[in-house]
Order: sequence, then C-alpha cells, then structure tokens
Amino acid sequence: MIKLIGILIIIVGFVLKLDILAIVVFAGIVTGMVAGIPFNNVVETLGKAFVENRYMSLFIISLPVIGLLERYGLRERAAFIISKIKSATVGKLTSIYLILRTLAAMFSLRLGGHVQFIRPLIFPMAEGAAKNRYGNIEEDDLEAIKGLQAAAENYGNFFGQNCFVAAGGVLLIVGVMKELNYTVEALDVAKASIPIALIIMLVGTIQFLYFDKKFDRKYLLKLNKSKDFFKNDTN
Amino acid sequence: MLKTSLTELLYVMCGIVCFYSAYATFKDDTHSSRFSTAIFWTILGVIFTFSRFGLIWGNKEIMIPDVIVGYMVIVLAILSAFKLVKIGKYNESTNEFKKTMSEKIGNKIFIPALSLGILTFIIAQIWTKQLGSLVALGIATILSAIIAIIYTNGRVSEMADEGRRLLELVGPVSLLPQLLAALGAVFAAAGVGDVISSGIKSVIPQGNILLGVIAYCVGMALFTMIMGNAFAAFAVITAGIGVPFVIAQGGNPVIVSALGLTAGYCGTLMTPMAANFNIVPTAILEIKDKKYGVIKYQVPVAIVMLIIHIILMYTWAF
Repeated sequence: MIKLIGILIIIVGFVLKLDILAIVVFAGIVTGMVAGIPFNNVVETLGKAFVENRYMSLFIISLPVIGLLERYGLRERAAFIISKIKSATVGKLTSIYLILRTLAAMFSLRLGGHVQFIRPLIFPMAEGAAKNRYGNIEEDDLEAIKGLQAAAENYGNFFGQNCFVAAGGVLLIVGVMKELNYTVEALDVAKASIPIALIIMLVGTIQFLYFDKKFDRKYLLKLNKSKDFFKNDTN
Repeated sequence: MLKTSLTELLYVMCGIVCFYSAYATFKDDTHSSRFSTAIFWTILGVIFTFSRFGLIWGNKEIMIPDVIVGYMVIVLAILSAFKLVKIGKYNESTNEFKKTMSEKIGNKIFIPALSLGILTFIIAQIWTKQLGSLVALGIATILSAIIAIIYTNGRVSEMADEGRRLLELVGPVSLLPQLLAALGAVFAAAGVGDVISSGIKSVIPQGNILLGVIAYCVGMALFTMIMGNAFAAFAVITAGIGVPFVIAQGGNPVIVSALGLTAGYCGTLMTPMAANFNIVPTAILEIKDKKYGVIKYQVPVAIVMLIIHIILMYTWAF
C-alpha cells in the first residue's frame, strides 16, 4: 500500500496547485525510495525514460515556422476570410473541424494539433466568426471558445485514432491481449473502434451547437434590445 | 538505421531551439530571472541534443549516462519549483505590421500553414518503413520553413525569435508529458501496478456482467485520470478487471479490449495529468485557467461518452 504514496503526492500537489514539474519528479523519487530502490537507480530510471520519450516534445521544432507565420499576419488573414463567410458560427465551425479531425485520425492523417491547427488557423477563424456575428465578444466567452476548440482537437484525435490498423493504441491492445493469452487481430480491433469514432462526431457537435445557442441568446438578444431602444428613441 | 540517425537529428533541432532561448535570455540584461532561465533552457537543450548524440552516426557508446540525465531533470524541476524560469521580452511585430502584411501576402499565407500537416502526411505515407512519421514531421517542418520564408519574405533571425517566443510561452509545462512517461517507468519499477490490481480484485464481486462492464470502463477512466496515461492504465486494468470480470464471463475479447482503451480516453479528457492534451494547449492558446481551461468543457462530453461505452460494451460484446 505504501507504494501508492506517489499517486497521493500527485493528487495533493494538483489540489494545492503546486509546481507541476516538481511534484511529478518528487512523486517518482519518493515512490522509488519507499519501494526500496536505491536513489541513484531511481534517478537513472527517471533519466532513461525522459530520454526515450523525447519524441513527445518534438512539436518544438515546428514552433519557429508557426511563429513566423503569426508575425506576418496569419491570424489576421484567417479572421479576414471568415468575416466574409456570413453564415459561419463558432459552433458550426468547431463541429466541422471535429468531423474533419476525426476522419483524419481514422486514416492516420496527421492533419491536426493544437500548435499546428487550432492556434494558427481554427481559433482565429472562430474569433472572426464570433466578432462578425456578435460584434464585440466578452473575454470569458473567448476563453470558452478556446477551451471548446482545444477539446474538439482532443475528441477527434482520441476517438478516431484507433480505427487505423497500425495506430499505437491498436498495437498496444494486441500486445497486452497476447500477454493475457487472447489472440486478437489488429484489423478487428480497428474495426471495433469505428462506432465510437462516429459517436464522438455526433456528441461533440451537439456540445458545440449548444454553445452557439448560448451565445446567440446572450449577444443577439442584447443587440435586438439596443435596436429597440434606438427605435423608441427616434419615435 | 537511417531512421534512427534522422530522428536523433530532429532532437538536435529541438535542442537548437532551446539553446537559442537560452542565448537570447542570457543576452537580455533586463530579464528578471536571467541566469536561472538561461540555465533551464540550456540543460533542456543539452538533454535533447546530446543524450544519445552518437546515434546520429550509429555509435551507441557516445551518450550522456541516464543517471546524469536524471539529475539534470531534477535540476529542471527545482528551477521550476522555485519559479526561477520566467518569460522574456520579445520583439514581436506590431498589429499594424501584421495587418499590412496579411493584406499584402493574402491567402498565400495559408500555404505554409497547411503544408506542415499535409507534407508530413505525404512523406509519412510514402516512406513509412524507411522514415516513420516522426522523421516525416521533421522533413515537413524544414520544407514548410522554406516555403514560409518564400511567401512572407521573412528572415531566419525572425523565425528564431518567434520560435523562442512560442517555446517560452508554452514554457516548462511542455515537458510534462515526457516527465509523466518517466514517472510511469519509476512506478513500474516500484511495482505500483500490482498493488492497485490486487486491491481492485478484492472489491468487485464476480458473476455480474453489467457490474463487471461498469467496473472495467469506469476503472479504465479513473486509473487513466490518476496516471494521465490510458496506455499505462490499459495494461493494469485489463489484466485486473477486463479479463476476469468481463471477458471470462463471455465478452468478445476484440470488442471489450477496443472499447476498454477508448473508455480510458474518456478519463484522459478529464485529468490535468494528461498534460500534453489538457495543460499544454492552455499555454498554446493562451487560456487563463491553466489547469481546467480545457478540461471543464471536456468533462460533460467525457461522462456521456463513458456511459455510451458501458452500454455499447454490454450490448455488443455479449
């Protein structure tokens, strides 16, 4: 039981909003120590895994390209274009992105990402759509749009990816099941993942369209009221 | 062989971005944590670039010993814990400049933006075996950088400055996924998984299919939330609950295991531990609520999806 102390440290650390990096390293060291592993070996395990998982941070190399495009007005251009499409709303736009993202993940296309797509393309487009439809939009609602779009990226990525035969998750399932003496085919696992991919497109779209309604109620009502006010004034 | 060398070169490129951050921070004498911030990015750059440097030409011997990397990671954590890593000042372009340039360049600005993803895909599809998708990403990045410079007429130095700006904006948090994977390795070495699965076995009654399905799906989600990683949870929970309480009762192994992993992803949507999906994006998108700015919108959908998983597994796998 004492070995679970690392999990406890992480939970407490997150609740108390302590520095995340430090908490994770601390939890690892304490867990290793209570399990009776020598300190140097714990540090070595930590270092080895950190090196072997460097690929998780590879997105760093794409930052200079995206930064340069932002410097030369990428977001401004996206906002300009969306402002010409009168019918686009934040919810519809985000739903379209979710569907495309899920389909891309199902075919193992790397067409997505918070850094590659949401920040430089989809968010500026949504921001443009919101300003076009509602005039000025409150800071809190912009934060909501950002949160929803980050979510759309995750929905599509997570629930679409296992439809691809050679996806990491699919290979993991095949490997783990083999260890447990069940032979499953990667292709069958991929096929069994299709219903969930279709369902997330539907569920996510419902969420995004709900926010459209919410914004409509908040801003369009206000706009109409102020119009009525001016009408009464001129009368 | 080629794949290993090229992948290693990508890490060198990551290292160079870090080194530039360190250099620019060090030169900025108005920076409030000039030295400690520069040290942070230097250490990270060293780990990226040199930890397996010899692999570039196929020599495994030339590397930094893992134990030293481990101590370097501890130093990074200490610098971060004492808030010694701060964001610098950047000479960003003005809004007027951005507006003028966006009008001048027009829609062509989207070509390099889209080429990053599309080129990665094309290269990965054609040379999967030889290169793998990581190297494809690297090659696509270089090509996109060239395309970006052609269309914007920007300078390489501007690109370096912008890379630094985004890296420091994303900040130390961008390291969390990598650190969590390292934590998982320590947990595995310490035998944390065994403790949990034997604990779960003593709680769940055997013989009820629906209860087994609920325990498996919810267990996957909960354990993923704690670990921040559905892959780690899958091995433990499938052995501990999935097989004895669902598959052994007649559930189709393919359907049960496939839905088991995606049930874990419902947990991923709800936890700050899944940093690369839920925390890093708050930095990338500059969301003010750094911990729950994304998660709070994902929780309702995750719960609905989890219920759908339970229904689907109960009706489809039996």
